[in-house]
Amino acid sequence: MARVVFDHVYKRFGDTEAVADLDIDIEDKEFLVFVGPSGCGKSTSLRMLAGLEEISEGRIIIGDRVVNNVPPKDRDIAMVFQSYALYPHMTVYDNIAFGLRLRKTPKQIIDERVKETSDSLGIGHLLDRRPRQLSGGQRQRVAVARAIVREPAVFLMDEPLSNLDAKLRVEARAFISKLHQRLGTTFIYVTHDQIEAMTMGTRIAVLNAGRLQQIDSPTNLYNYPANKFVAGFIGSPSMNFFDAMLKESGGRMTVDLGFTELEIPADRTDRYRDHVGSRVTFGLRPEDIHHPDFPPQGVIPQMVMADVDVIELMGNEKIVYLKNDDIVYLARMDPRSDVRVGLETGTLFNMANVHLFDEQTGETL
Amino acid sequence: MLLERLIQIPVVVTTILLLVVGYLVVIERLLNRLPHHRQAKLRPWLWLTPALIFLSVFLLYPMLNTIYLSLLDAKSELFVGFENFTDIVSDATTRNALSNTLIWLVWFTSIVVLLGLLMTVLSEKVAYEHLIKMIMFLPMAISFVAAGVIWKFMFDYQPATRPQTGTLNAIWTSLIPNGEPQPWLINPLTNTPVLIFVAIWIFAGFCMVILSAGLKGIPSEIQESARIDGANEWQSFIYITLPLLSPTIAVVATTMLINALKAFDIVYVLTNGNYNTDVIATRMYKELFTAHDFGRASAIAVVLLLATLPIIAFNIRQYRQREANL
Repeated sequence: MARVVFDHVYKRFGDTEAVADLDIDIEDKEFLVFVGPSGCGKSTSLRMLAGLEEISEGRIIIGDRVVNNVPPKDRDIAMVFQSYALYPHMTVYDNIAFGLRLRKTPKQIIDERVKETSDSLGIGHLLDRRPRQLSGGQRQRVAVARAIVREPAVFLMDEPLSNLDAKLRVEARAFISKLHQRLGTTFIYVTHDQIEAMTMGTRIAVLNAGRLQQIDSPTNLYNYPANKFVAGFIGSPSMNFFDAMLKESGGRMTVDLGFTELEIPADRTDRYRDHVGSRVTFGLRPEDIHHPDFPPQGVIPQMVMADVDVIELMGNEKIVYLKNDDIVYLARMDPRSDVRVGLETGTLFNMANVHLFDEQTGETL
Repeated sequence: MLLERLIQIPVVVTTILLLVVGYLVVIERLLNRLPHHRQAKLRPWLWLTPALIFLSVFLLYPMLNTIYLSLLDAKSELFVGFENFTDIVSDATTRNALSNTLIWLVWFTSIVVLLGLLMTVLSEKVAYEHLIKMIMFLPMAISFVAAGVIWKFMFDYQPATRPQTGTLNAIWTSLIPNGEPQPWLINPLTNTPVLIFVAIWIFAGFCMVILSAGLKGIPSEIQESARIDGANEWQSFIYITLPLLSPTIAVVATTMLINALKAFDIVYVLTNGNYNTDVIATRMYKELFTAHDFGRASAIAVVLLLATLPIIAFNIRQYRQREANL
């Protein structure tokens, strides 16, 4: 059981800063997810925590201990790698027992723990096999077993699901979430997949270009993104962005998208007043653009006409590519919506969930 | 004469080339008349045929002929059965060569592989890895005869009254007061070890290059995983690196075993097999070109061949296993 602190941590490779000023306090028993595009520094951060990468500046604390100069084996951590990194020349049993043997655990206890752990993960019948005789999902479970058998204080996972096929990935997501509940250990999880992050994390740290963009609960990240990057990264399909001009005349505040002008709800006007007359980025999620025949409750609708470019029928919804003056944006519509490619349709923009960003800095207004 | 040769060579080369190309054109024409599935079966065989013919003429036939000659007398006139083989075993000089070869097999192979492994692991840990590896690989680029000549100068010996021209003895006598120059290549206690040392000097870099390619093939995540599991450097090497590297070590070791069996150039240049340094290959050379005993020379060649067979068989098995594991 341990809390983990990144205290103004930097990682530099020559002139490039892979991680800059990372400052995060992770509570005991938390499930924190590092998410971001490739090269954002999330894996490097995890590797610094694991002791596989040196820290250029700052401190990392596990429990009450600064671990900057503590070798990996003494950090009381376990890690599941993207490739699982199972020892190919050892049986499943030996893979799981390896860490315990190195710690000179009595043979009988090793035996008990290996059997107990492997049974709890449903791989008890595979103990005599070698990694190459296992399927991807089984390998992943062996990697997890190897990590939890030692009962570490912190559990690290580096994209552990990316080598699984889509169906297994969904199962494995639930499996890891349950594991976290059962073990009650601090989990730190790295992924580039925002759906994994949203579904598993108690908190999510969004990284980009080595810098922390925002750290918050999944719901807050989705509803209150700190900037345009987070807004675009969280949610799928991602948020639509439009270049716009914020205007106010006759007590009405509007945002001019070029092809249409939308009124800002009255409860937001105070917040945006300082930016009237300046260029902004207008953001609206595809799920906030509806077909007029199926308006959900509690929306502040404004009608916008648009050409239908492409339709993707998903079964439970229609992803509709809309077009105005060469600006293409997406809407997630009710599957019954009567839209046809090449024809014009009415759409309802839900102004209650509008996001405005500074055009220069990308910060949320 | 020279002009004649200059014309002859391109003519021969072109003729062979034309023959091969002509053969391929003809078989392709013929193949195209056959149904598709039979073409697919026959084509690889027909394309392989020229190579198989060359190998049969220049490798298989000489090999069989050597076996045949080993059963005849010195002038290849009379059939003597296994007499040549029993001679080898009873003859002191040949027995000595066999036992020297055994010393080569054990010491050369084990030391060169261990040293290569050590160099591999250490060079991974230093900066300028590539430069260091290049330097250590350099002896491999020198011909064995040249390497022999270099080390002949190093180990050269002059009586104590004369100036020492050998580098080692020059250092030895100048560093140790009243130090006697040592006849490294003459003293039977030191000469075979010195020869083996030279061979190690040549081949250690080669072992290192092959082993380090094998080492690079081990995913770094596996080593990192071991570190997180609690292994220190030594444990990680013993439990993870070494077992995963063992197929490569086996390949290197068997290659070195064969090199030890074939050892010739170094012995020939440095001692010419004198002072009890003969090995199987130098003995064969002497029987053939000095004693003109075709029977015995062939018998030694056959012994050499038989000795390499199990090693080659092991190598092939190892290679197949490796392929199956991928």
